[in-house]
Amino acid sequence: MLLPAILYIAALVGVPLVLALLYSVGDVKVGSVGYRFVGLDNFRSVLENPGFKRALLNSFVFTIASQILSLIGGNILALALKDAFPGRRFVRYLVLLPWVAPVSIGSMGWKWILDSLYSVINWVLVRLHLVKPLDVPMWLGEPVLAMISVILVHVWHTLPFTTVILLAGWTSIPKDIPEAAQVDGAGYFRRLFEIEIPMMLPIINVAVLFGIIFTFTDMTVIYILTRGGPYDTTQVLPSLAFFTGILGSDLAEGAAISMFLLPLLAIVAWLMLRSARRAEVT
Amino acid sequence: MRIGRRGRAALSRVVHVGVLATFSVLLAFPFYWMLITTFKRTPDLYDLKNNPFIFNQPPTLEHLRLLFNETLFLRWFWNTTFAGAAVVVITLLFAVPAAYALARLTGDWGEKLGIGIFLTYLVPPTLLFIPLSRVVALLGLQDSLWSIIVVYPSFTIPFSTWLLQGFFKAIPRELEDAAMVDGLTRFQTFLKLVIPISVSGILTVVIFTFTLVTQEFVYALTFISSASNQTVGVGVPIYLVRGDVYYWGSLMAACLIASLPIAVVYNLFLDRFIAGFTVGAVK
Repeated sequence: MLLPAILYIAALVGVPLVLALLYSVGDVKVGSVGYRFVGLDNFRSVLENPGFKRALLNSFVFTIASQILSLIGGNILALALKDAFPGRRFVRYLVLLPWVAPVSIGSMGWKWILDSLYSVINWVLVRLHLVKPLDVPMWLGEPVLAMISVILVHVWHTLPFTTVILLAGWTSIPKDIPEAAQVDGAGYFRRLFEIEIPMMLPIINVAVLFGIIFTFTDMTVIYILTRGGPYDTTQVLPSLAFFTGILGSDLAEGAAISMFLLPLLAIVAWLMLRSARRAEVT
Repeated sequence: MRIGRRGRAALSRVVHVGVLATFSVLLAFPFYWMLITTFKRTPDLYDLKNNPFIFNQPPTLEHLRLLFNETLFLRWFWNTTFAGAAVVVITLLFAVPAAYALARLTGDWGEKLGIGIFLTYLVPPTLLFIPLSRVVALLGLQDSLWSIIVVYPSFTIPFSTWLLQGFFKAIPRELEDAAMVDGLTRFQTFLKLVIPISVSGILTVVIFTFTLVTQEFVYALTFISSASNQTVGVGVPIYLVRGDVYYWGSLMAACLIASLPIAVVYNLFLDRFIAGFTVGAVK
């Protein structure tokens, strides 16, 4: 009964994965059927491309920055949602929207909010006399601002996911231990940092590992907001692979770029297996 | 200055409400913005002198009319529904038996295999889309809705198998043994006992498979090249833009309609979804 599922997955995940490896060391173009082994040529030409180095760096900046923000914000929000209060269900619904709505659609909402001419943020900034009407920030048009924008929109999208995972952790901490510590005279922050956060570590682990995968391999927010621009300054590995391999029809080089996702994925998968095993032991 | 016990309680209340209000506004704002944009008249939208937070002219249904009558929006909606339903059927056909087998496999093997299957869920589309675009072409499915119907189960089956396995494991084995003693075969037991008990689990899987289909972007963008075969997730952001002209009113209307219903349903099943991700980390 297990076999059909395994075959399906093998055919559409296993086979393409092997093909991706073959493409990355071969000479494949759209429209031709031939295949010639070229060794590491594709990787060499990828590495020589200055756009690639930028994308590699951006991928790490994008992932690390959004994970840090998401973890801090997610913990604060989870703590605020932990105990029952009137209207909790409604608030939970509101804060979940960004994760539940299709990410391409949510990003489109931001594209309008960050519009070069009609941005509501700029309207407010002008009214508050923080910027001059003719010198408003181009949120998606200047390299640094565009990078900040895509990171923040991505955090907006993943924050609810991080929050609900952390919330599951916070509600599962047995109440008697922190309470006993309080009786013994431990203050709020001492309890938080010496008891509750260590108890939360396994679940923080889960949130971070999934967060890294969902962020490092995603291109949707960037594709919608900037298409990797201006001048490829917000390009990340997945979007560069898309532009090179699919739109640019250079399958081999695109596959080679995608391959750079693999080491980090393997590390994360290994860490997950390790923490799963540890959970089994305890 | 010392703050009394009551002062401290009041302060923590203020902080609590403040945190909740800030996050709610930040996270929900784009949806409010979609809502207000949907009903604003075009001249109102594009006048920089107007306060964008309020209606400076009476609201209008013009953008909705345009969206439903002059764009492919309804077509995309139908495509998404159809693809979603088809993927749900395929997913159930493969994942239900697999999950049951995993739940009943004894010893270390079942566990390892289960985790292995779940990990394939994490292999991202952006690693596979280039070779898959060729596989899709080979199958003659390029530019067809069927391309995503065939490919999406490759990530919905692993996730669903993992979730369902948890449900099946919770069914006491003695119950099944008793049914088999009463003369049912294993298959009959599965059909008449296990499936009815697990209805809520199966429903969860149906909802999540469907939402995963509506949220997917990369594969649909890669495999489907004509506007009329697209899903909502790609159609709205890519094909509702004509040349360089953004019809923001209709665009935001489409975004609003595509987001809200799914959010309501999803919210009902959230706790089970989280349980799937946190197995082992939360006791």
